[in-house]
Amino acid sequence: MNGPHDLGGQHGFGPVAPEPNEPYFHGDWEKRALGVTLSCGAFGAWTIDESRHARENIPPATYLSASYYEIWIRALETLLARHGFVSAEELSTGRMLEKGAVPKRVLTADMVPAVLAKGGPCDRPVATPPRFAAGARVRTRNFNPTTHTRLPRYARGKVGVVEAVQGSFVFPDDNAHGRGENPEWVYTVVFDGGEIWGEDAADGLTVSIDAWESYLEPL
Amino acid sequence: MSHDHDHDDHHHHHDNHFSPMEARVRALETILTQKGLIDPKAIDAIVETYETKIGPRNGARVVAKAWAEPDFADWLKHDATAAIASLGYTGRQGEHMRAVFNDAETHNLVVCTLCSCYPWSVLGLPPVWYKAPAYRSRAVIDPRGVLAEFGVTLPEGRKIRVWDSTAELRYLVVPERPAGTDGLDQEALADLVTRDAMIGTGLALEPEAEA
Repeated sequence: MNGPHDLGGQHGFGPVAPEPNEPYFHGDWEKRALGVTLSCGAFGAWTIDESRHARENIPPATYLSASYYEIWIRALETLLARHGFVSAEELSTGRMLEKGAVPKRVLTADMVPAVLAKGGPCDRPVATPPRFAAGARVRTRNFNPTTHTRLPRYARGKVGVVEAVQGSFVFPDDNAHGRGENPEWVYTVVFDGGEIWGEDAADGLTVSIDAWESYLEPL
Repeated sequence: MSHDHDHDDHHHHHDNHFSPMEARVRALETILTQKGLIDPKAIDAIVETYETKIGPRNGARVVAKAWAEPDFADWLKHDATAAIASLGYTGRQGEHMRAVFNDAETHNLVVCTLCSCYPWSVLGLPPVWYKAPAYRSRAVIDPRGVLAEFGVTLPEGRKIRVWDSTAELRYLVVPERPAGTDGLDQEALADLVTRDAMIGTGLALEPEAEA
């Protein structure tokens, strides 16, 4: 979707402005937000792709003025309600009113080291060989789905070169919407700055994305 | 409200003492705990992990080893996930690693324009600026302007390659090894490798500039 998250190349957000001492957390609520988000992810009720899409669906004005942990919490509330774990009424009253859905697992403290050390690999085998080889010239598709995609707007309809075949991975555009993992080959595709930004491109700039096979057309 | 129960009494916490996000997260954690869906001690364990165990020192050790051992550098170039795992750094948001090497021709810079993808297993939690719109919007279109805000000016003619982390690959920049570091062991070399150098918004420190 052409949501507020798709920021590459936008103007007007000002300088990067790193904080002086960069605390990991700004207040206790950010710590709890991290822990609650990861704990609920461990339910196994939704995928990282559905989770990202829930964040992208936050209304633009809210998304762009929110801290990242606020974005996480707003999306988490959406996911918990969608999957029947917490109702909208419970969220508004701050109290448990009904038992709700039962997750596949509940993350307990003893499980944390192993779960974090394992992560969530999303490479999957595909039966067919890669359609493109390193060195191939390709054009990215020009589409505007209202659903989840990981092809940023600035890189649509652009000509680039496949630099590497990176393996085969779960296809987020399907997986975010419960349509299955449908893995595809993923390629690192490099674009000259001028192909993307035209006459205003910085000197000596190249930009790469990691693109699923169906984002690409042969030239 | 009784006279001994005023807003300066920090032994009594009311919801209206919390910011909206504090109240919101507290309510969510309360509901989930009442339902038995989360373990507050698991949250403590997650926070402790990223406050004390998993941070940019992991990545700095990877870079130092690559500087000191050409065979390791070669392994890192061709199979970063395995090479990094050999040092014990695995897991969440580091499942599929790639290492990209700065050299005399090209400077590498990593961003996630679409969200906040970041190699947690080697750099820990991302800083606020990495997740915020200014960096995410500008890194791909104005990388030299972004670098200037970090105090970095590249040599004349140096190319810039920006890696937008749009899939599940996570990128670690291996900065150039500074001159005058021949006699240093790997722990001393790791002291020169800042987090920003491994994102590409910084360079490795010179030995005399070491804090």
